[in-house]
Amino acid sequence: MNYDILIAGVGGQGTVLASRLLAASALKAGYFARTSETIGMAQRGGCVVSHVRIGEEKSSPIIPLGNADLLIGFEPAEAARSIGRLSKNGKCVVSTRAIMPVTASLNTAPYDPAPMIEFIQRNAANAILVDGYALAEEAGSVKALNTVLLGVAVAAGFLPFGKEEIESMICENVSPKYVELNKKAFNIGVSYNK
Amino acid sequence: MRKLMLGNEAVARGAYEAGVTVAAAYPGTPSTEITENIAKYDEIYSEWSPNEKVSLEVAIGASIAGARAICSMKHVGLNVAADPLFTVSYTGVNGGLVIMVADDPGMHSSQNEQDSRFYARASKVPMLEPADSQECKDYVKMAFELSEKFDCPMFVRLSTRIAHSQSVVELGDKVEYQLKEYKKNFDKYVMMPAMARKRHVEVEKRMAALREFSNTTELNRIEWGNKEIGIITSGIAYQYAREAFGDVSYLKLGMVHPLPEKLIADFAKEVKALYVVEELEPFIENQVKKLGIQVIGKDKLPVIGELGAQLISEKILNKKIEVKSPINDVVPVRPPVMCPGCPHRGMFHVLKKLKLVVSGDIGCYTLGALPPTEAMDTCVCMGASVSGAHGMEKARGKDFAKKTVAILGDSTFIHSGITGLIDIVYNKGNSTVIILDNSITGMTGHQHNPTTGFTIKGEPAKQVDLVKLAQAVGVERVAVVDPFDIKEFEKVVKQEIAAEEPSVIISQRPCALLKNVQFDGPLTINNEKCKKCKLCLAIGCPAIVDKGDKIEINEALCVGCKLCTKLCNINAIEKAGDLNG
Repeated sequence: MNYDILIAGVGGQGTVLASRLLAASALKAGYFARTSETIGMAQRGGCVVSHVRIGEEKSSPIIPLGNADLLIGFEPAEAARSIGRLSKNGKCVVSTRAIMPVTASLNTAPYDPAPMIEFIQRNAANAILVDGYALAEEAGSVKALNTVLLGVAVAAGFLPFGKEEIESMICENVSPKYVELNKKAFNIGVSYNK
Repeated sequence: MRKLMLGNEAVARGAYEAGVTVAAAYPGTPSTEITENIAKYDEIYSEWSPNEKVSLEVAIGASIAGARAICSMKHVGLNVAADPLFTVSYTGVNGGLVIMVADDPGMHSSQNEQDSRFYARASKVPMLEPADSQECKDYVKMAFELSEKFDCPMFVRLSTRIAHSQSVVELGDKVEYQLKEYKKNFDKYVMMPAMARKRHVEVEKRMAALREFSNTTELNRIEWGNKEIGIITSGIAYQYAREAFGDVSYLKLGMVHPLPEKLIADFAKEVKALYVVEELEPFIENQVKKLGIQVIGKDKLPVIGELGAQLISEKILNKKIEVKSPINDVVPVRPPVMCPGCPHRGMFHVLKKLKLVVSGDIGCYTLGALPPTEAMDTCVCMGASVSGAHGMEKARGKDFAKKTVAILGDSTFIHSGITGLIDIVYNKGNSTVIILDNSITGMTGHQHNPTTGFTIKGEPAKQVDLVKLAQAVGVERVAVVDPFDIKEFEKVVKQEIAAEEPSVIISQRPCALLKNVQFDGPLTINNEKCKKCKLCLAIGCPAIVDKGDKIEINEALCVGCKLCTKLCNINAIEKAGDLNG
């Protein structure tokens, strides 16, 4: 079994924790896992991607173009930007709320999320679009967008492991004072679409 | 026990298991998390040093005193540490000494793409290169053994995709390491010409022994597969190659200096077509060619940027992959930006307004070179802002200095700026140096430094007083200003650039991301008052959005720093009400 998950978002959205939870859950389920992160200058306000590769020890940390089974987009433009890595039968979970780049806020490059979302739908075998921030706010903080999206993905059957693995990894990997918030957000994500 | 670990985290674990008791570093992406993770082990003394040269010297001292010591840096940090490096190669070690160096192919967060392997060759220090997190841990442990066995410092080289990738690591036990005895040994540790000449002979003997060792060590291994193709590779390139070629034969090098010449020759004989797959320079390739072996490498693969499985397939196997048509023409560009509430934003606003020449430096504030601030003229290396401004003045005269400032962060100033400031004072310069004192090392993710008053472990420490320091080196004009007090900041800058003597302006306001920095909460624009003059947009805050018909503040991004309110002449920016109210 090989399963490649690409996470795309904007620096500060919590993509690194999402990839750690996915990789740790995969290990828990008995698979090999590898990730690659964007850490450093790009992190604040820039594009960030995390690669999570599950199953095969003989794979590099970077998902080749056209190879990802799942794209988790924290932001519509960032999901659209990364669609080249999605495979023919690839699936998407995308948070629909746009984050304007500073260039757009200066009105030099206006950004309308609608064509991005349309593009994602056209290019994914199955795309779940969700106002992830609304669900995260419901859980108590916009910071929990990452666990909300993992919940949506696992409930849709888009992950090679179950809800229990992720939940136990939230307990192990999230700092104790945020465990409850993240578990709540994760479960709100799970219940979405039901 | 098995654990998912970043490469950097695994290096820290390796140091712990090897019984390291002293660790020193200056933060630098992608190496920072090594020492951050080492600091979590109570058994290890760890420190953020003022710069990489100091950190290596601390580690050398610890090694001579009998401890196992580790020192970590990014590739450009090794340039700073190069002075002690070339000589510790001669002295050798007492306790094991490992130098971690992390290269950044693709320049995710760096100013150049240098290949550190050449340092290993030039300084005659052996170098290991792991290919995943497990090897990060194992190689670091082994490097300590080899350091003591061959009496030399050891390099372990990482690259961004090794340092910042997570994979599984099997944890091991900690070695019980006893401090080695400390003995005076002038011939070994005092590198005056007479002693150094003798030590150079030892260095050459050691390298000969290491060349033999390289042929037999398990660090360099052959994985036989289909012999039509043979690949010589190492580090992250090994992972890419394995994914691209699948079942062929590999010579996977864990020791990249010195190379296993016999092993390479034996491997080459067995395979039909031989390739070297390596990132950046043809370091291995050129040495293989020098052995008289035909090999294909950089005539197919680029010397610029990162490799990837796909790139290798395309360039060597001529495989084209069908890819979904990109949407790049409509996807907005998203350059990294200074955060909402960033103290640098107020300063850049003033520098841009005054149309100054800005001699820049390395840090978050380098982003000030990008639109909309576009207020930085140069960025070369740590500290070059200060000395560079001085050079500009000496080239173009005093009047040019009156429209020039040097800007650099507090940590960068301590790292390498202070020497440039001394130069300005000593050599009769008039430059104005702005130190951005945001109470932390920002860009690498909040590390303490000598100006913050805390150690790496968060313990209180003596704090360097930047005002007194500037005064002590002879700067008589020192001002401390809040960059969010835009009017005052502008007044002080004008005054100091006009002065015909050196000035230091300390732009003091903590990084907006620090936990103790509290603002009053998001602002909003009162559209009844707003005249859309767009003055507030000039500061380039990501939270302020021009929607065409109106200007809006994104309340999710706005932290409420109120810098924009200082630009609004009609007080149209107000505190946002309760969202649910």
